Amino acid sequence: MTDPLLKIRGLKIGATIYPPGEKAREIEIVHGVDFDLAPGKVLGLIGESGAGKSTIGLASMAYGRGGVEITDGTVEVNGRDILKAPFRDVRRLRGGEVTYVSQSAAASFNPAKQIMEQVTEAAIFQNKFTKAQAEARAVDLFRKLGLPEPETIGNRYPHQVSGGQLQRCMTALALCPEPDLVVFDEPTTALDVTTQIDVLAAIKEAIRDTGVAALYITHDLAVVAQVSDHIMVLQQGAMVEYGTTDQIINDPQEDYTRALVSVRSIRHEEKQPTNTPVLRVENITARYSGLSFDVLKNINVELHPGQTLAVVGESGSGKSTLARVITGLLPPSAGRITFDGRTLTPDLATRPVEDLRELQMIYQMADTAMNPRQTVGTIIGRPLEFYFGLRGAEKQKRIQELLDEIELGDGFIDRYPAELSGGQKQRVCIARALAAKPKLIICDEVTSALDPLVADGILKLLLDLQKIEDVAYLFITHDLATVRAIADSIAVMYQGSVVRYGPKSQVLAPPFDDYTDLLLSSVPEMKLGWLEEVLRHRKMESAGH
Amino acid sequence: MGRRAGRLARQRYSADPPSFPKARRMRVPLAALIGLFFTSLFFLSAIFAPLIAPYGMAEVVGDVWEPPSDRFLLGTDSIGRDLLSRMIYGGQTTIFIATAATALSFVIGSVLGFFAAVSGGWIDQTLSRFVDLIMSIPTLIFALVVLSVMPTTIPILIVLMGLLDSTRVYRLARAVAVDITVMDYVEAARLRGEKIGWIIFRETLPNALSPLVAEMGLRFIFAVLFVSTLSFLGLGVQPPQADWGGIVKENKEGINYGIAAALYPAYAIAVLCISINLVADWVLNRTTSLKGGRG
Repeated sequence: MTDPLLKIRGLKIGATIYPPGEKAREIEIVHGVDFDLAPGKVLGLIGESGAGKSTIGLASMAYGRGGVEITDGTVEVNGRDILKAPFRDVRRLRGGEVTYVSQSAAASFNPAKQIMEQVTEAAIFQNKFTKAQAEARAVDLFRKLGLPEPETIGNRYPHQVSGGQLQRCMTALALCPEPDLVVFDEPTTALDVTTQIDVLAAIKEAIRDTGVAALYITHDLAVVAQVSDHIMVLQQGAMVEYGTTDQIINDPQEDYTRALVSVRSIRHEEKQPTNTPVLRVENITARYSGLSFDVLKNINVELHPGQTLAVVGESGSGKSTLARVITGLLPPSAGRITFDGRTLTPDLATRPVEDLRELQMIYQMADTAMNPRQTVGTIIGRPLEFYFGLRGAEKQKRIQELLDEIELGDGFIDRYPAELSGGQKQRVCIARALAAKPKLIICDEVTSALDPLVADGILKLLLDLQKIEDVAYLFITHDLATVRAIADSIAVMYQGSVVRYGPKSQVLAPPFDDYTDLLLSSVPEMKLGWLEEVLRHRKMESAGH
Repeated sequence: MGRRAGRLARQRYSADPPSFPKARRMRVPLAALIGLFFTSLFFLSAIFAPLIAPYGMAEVVGDVWEPPSDRFLLGTDSIGRDLLSRMIYGGQTTIFIATAATALSFVIGSVLGFFAAVSGGWIDQTLSRFVDLIMSIPTLIFALVVLSVMPTTIPILIVLMGLLDSTRVYRLARAVAVDITVMDYVEAARLRGEKIGWIIFRETLPNALSPLVAEMGLRFIFAVLFVSTLSFLGLGVQPPQADWGGIVKENKEGINYGIAAALYPAYAIAVLCISINLVADWVLNRTTSLKGGRG
């Protein structure tokens, strides 16, 4: 057997935390992790946020980020313990033997320098190649990664290429110095599904062609199943399960792994449309001031009481703009919105309070949707006070009822948002919307910032509340798995237009239009070989045309 | 490597908004302690001036420019008044005017700044350009022109300084509030149908407080310097009322004869300014994301 390239034994990582109002204290965030990685193999590290995936990934470069400290264990790269090595040697290692691809390429590239300069920088600095060699190698990598105009794309600046292209440039950057190991830290998480599939395919091919070993960090099991040989499941800094990709996906041993594999277990029966929709959007066209094109083009959709309309599309397709138009934040340039039989005025300022009350909104980032200086009691209590004039004991009682409804219970009333977890924050935002007793809640990507299991809990809660309160949801999302789970009808948006609209069963059944087909087939499935299957299918189709 | 990053993280997390009210247990650095000591010394002596001053403010008790002695700890001034008593009463006047002017400038500046940021559009443009206009005229010249036509009483001094300084506060308050008003929770309040008063005082103000409180210390220093300058030029506090700038002016001839009387108020101004600066720096470092607080 060959010696492992990366050998980690008893790795313990600590951090100092500063909880509000308490003394700073040391905590352990990774509790003794062991694994080996053979040359040319890919290991997927998977887990929810806070599981320690990225921390372990960075530890393989002997790096601890933001207050994080490697407290115990050994990390051997090519047989050398890099934790005990002098800093000079660690410098040779980083960007030479081990390289790193981060989640946000846009935030990682220097906007003031050309891509080529940044891609070749490490290779030249490490004296692996001369400038000319490195540039030739970069062009070669650009070609392998399927970037357009590989000879000249390096002369562009980071803002002159798209997000998916920039992520591929970063992969080229990591591969340019001919490393032995690349750490991929959620490289496709920030991308749209239709872009993700291309980047994923490019990364997989580049790994295969260059024979480099990789640590692939992600929270999406379906993604990691496409690229890795082995998978390690992590939870709260400890290993839950380790096995081949086949075994983890098809025969998980631990309960936690099973929960991850079977996530989105929600089944939702599609409801029949009624005669009187609660919301009717007719011929809506809108643009932002200063833009020369319409962001929304002639949108027509309907939403029935107690049902869910999912609005699906990539970023930039106009989903959130539609929400802004309905709420009155962006008056449309043409069209009409009817809500509960009344025509809504285009501008928020002229709407009667009753219209505002019956139309509530929940945001993607619960963090910024709550005032950090207000307690949960104030946040939920304000709509009660504002719309219903509740005061004192009556208000407290209603707040507690709402907290019970969102399954938070006692002891949360006096907490500040910073003292809540991500899922709890989103629940409080749901309670704030429910407090107004609305007929319609606009949910703008409410689960996309959450871990899969937490998101599942939120979706279940939303469906339960829909049954109790008979509220309609306009559910904006880019995640088709979520749509399948909760929608009654679906509107697929592309570049400001609705390209497909109807009941869920119809929209998700063939024959598809080109865009819906692309969108649906791009959602990673939890099975091995899915990526190859899709790519083969697409190649055949394009050959057939 | 990790240890260094740990220290960085400490600064970052101590800035978390909700930790502010509870985080008093933190160790106060020496510089801030020195600042706190002198600041409270000056303020206490200003508040209790009549109790601690050995003589009356305008009482002539000795010869001209007597040297320091047991009777007159700092000697006497240009017309034989006890300099220590003048200094204590002068501190009272200077600190009172500066405090009142700072408070006024913060009320006007922050309310208008928040109002502009929350309203946006033409209201914001009109207010901001008007403030730019005022700021384009040098403050001292502006004040000299106004005071040469208005009677120089203490209320007029306070109002004038408060108005001039409020332009600086407006700028800061608006800049901070613009960052806050784009947050989803402010949008949520708008969608709820909240009036502008709630958005300013309940959503914006609590989140803008820390940088404003820190700025208050710095603005107070400028107010002390400004009122002292005006008095030195003869357009500020009028004799026989004592104030530090005025004491410098009254005794400046003494310097020619090697008499240090004019230097004491100058020292007092310097020490007060530095100590308040030390306190403000400490508050600023601990509570705000501005000025590099959050790495």
